[in-house]
Amino acid sequence: MGQVTNERSIVSYHRHAPASQPTRLYDAYKSTPKRNPHKPLIFLPHTLSETTGPVYGHDPIAETDNDLTRQHHGAPQGERIIVTGRVLDDNGRPVPNTLVEIWQANAAGRYVHQRDQHPAPLDPNFSGAGRTLTDETGAYRFVTIKPGRYPWFNHYNAWRPAHIHFSIFGRAFLSRLITQMYFPGDPLFDYDPVYQSVPDEKARQRMISKFDLETTQPQWALGFRFDIVLRGPEATPFEA
Amino acid sequence: MEFVPTPSQTAGPYLHIGLTRNHSKPCIASPQAKGERVWLKCFVLDGDGAGVNDSLVEIWQADGQGKYNHPDDRQAKTADPECYGFGRMAGGEDGGCEFETIKPGRVPGPGNTLQAPHLNVAVYARGILLHLYTRIYFAGDPANEQDPVLALVPKERRETLMAQPDPARPGGWRFDIRLTGEKETVFFDV
Ligand SMILES: [Fe+2]
Repeated sequence: MGQVTNERSIVSYHRHAPASQPTRLYDAYKSTPKRNPHKPLIFLPHTLSETTGPVYGHDPIAETDNDLTRQHHGAPQGERIIVTGRVLDDNGRPVPNTLVEIWQANAAGRYVHQRDQHPAPLDPNFSGAGRTLTDETGAYRFVTIKPGRYPWFNHYNAWRPAHIHFSIFGRAFLSRLITQMYFPGDPLFDYDPVYQSVPDEKARQRMISKFDLETTQPQWALGFRFDIVLRGPEATPFEA
Repeated sequence: MEFVPTPSQTAGPYLHIGLTRNHSKPCIASPQAKGERVWLKCFVLDGDGAGVNDSLVEIWQADGQGKYNHPDDRQAKTADPECYGFGRMAGGEDGGCEFETIKPGRVPGPGNTLQAPHLNVAVYARGILLHLYTRIYFAGDPANEQDPVLALVPKERRETLMAQPDPARPGGWRFDIRLTGEKETVFFDV
């Protein structure tokens, strides 16, 4: 095949398999009906507007940004953990130098947020936000504490499984992902409409991190692996 | 080994902690960027018309010459370094936020078409499990008539994609993102 020389040649990205992503209008999650479109979405062929995206370089990353246990004078309460993994595209290729941002509740299940009214203690040594860039192999690593579970008002006796919120940019505006990482074996999965909103069971399990003895550091912290897959191009723009 | 994209989940009501408390981006293009200066007020509204006070709006756009600051845009133009192209802001109590930017140039569309000036938008909030994509065009721009994406939208719904000029403020525009309801904004299956 000849080299791609047309300056207007546009790459398409893979589309999601429907059951692999959440159902937007998911009645069990009570705030979805008034906050999601009821009319059909318009199918958009991919153009440069979708296949390019922010290359996030303008904010410096501070040394303790990926260690949520060292952002204050003292150590936070709770079980110290290491969360690490790789960001790949759906062709299995690493996504290097991309921004990964996380936020989470403290060990008692309380967020540092004025709207969080859960009567659990705040921790003066924990803010709950982190960020890092993936390296050349797509790898990232955070040190934090295991977040507590917390109640919410969706239905009677509603509780969220323990989770860390993740935000990843990837190469294109359409590869943008905001998700939640869960911990293995949480008994709350069966009762959580956010988790259950993804129809395919195998897809749901992709949000659960794996305990990893290799990542675990003796006398220090348990390790969990969480690999993240973003949408990838149908053919790379520079392929001959 | 099979690689399937990780499912999306809601950003939830506390997204500010990770995304905007210290890393909000109201300025998409610096005052030195080339192009027509724009102050864009966006409101995210729910099915009752109420402002969504835990919303997040992200914007991605081309520079004044229609060039994206990205390696996959291989048009023979140099990207304006003063146009970062990216902005993000959380909605206030009324669901509103304001960006400062420039009106982007026209970028290529499918085939040999040219798209009208537009901003690409992603919307997040509690209750949104998979973020929503829409676009902001500029009402009254003659290029809108030839835009290949607007052509895919039923005529009677195109208006939902138009920012409206603020008569009281030169360069001021307003865009409402109606998540659902009678005048539901057009969202795209990207
Ligand atoms: Fe949460």
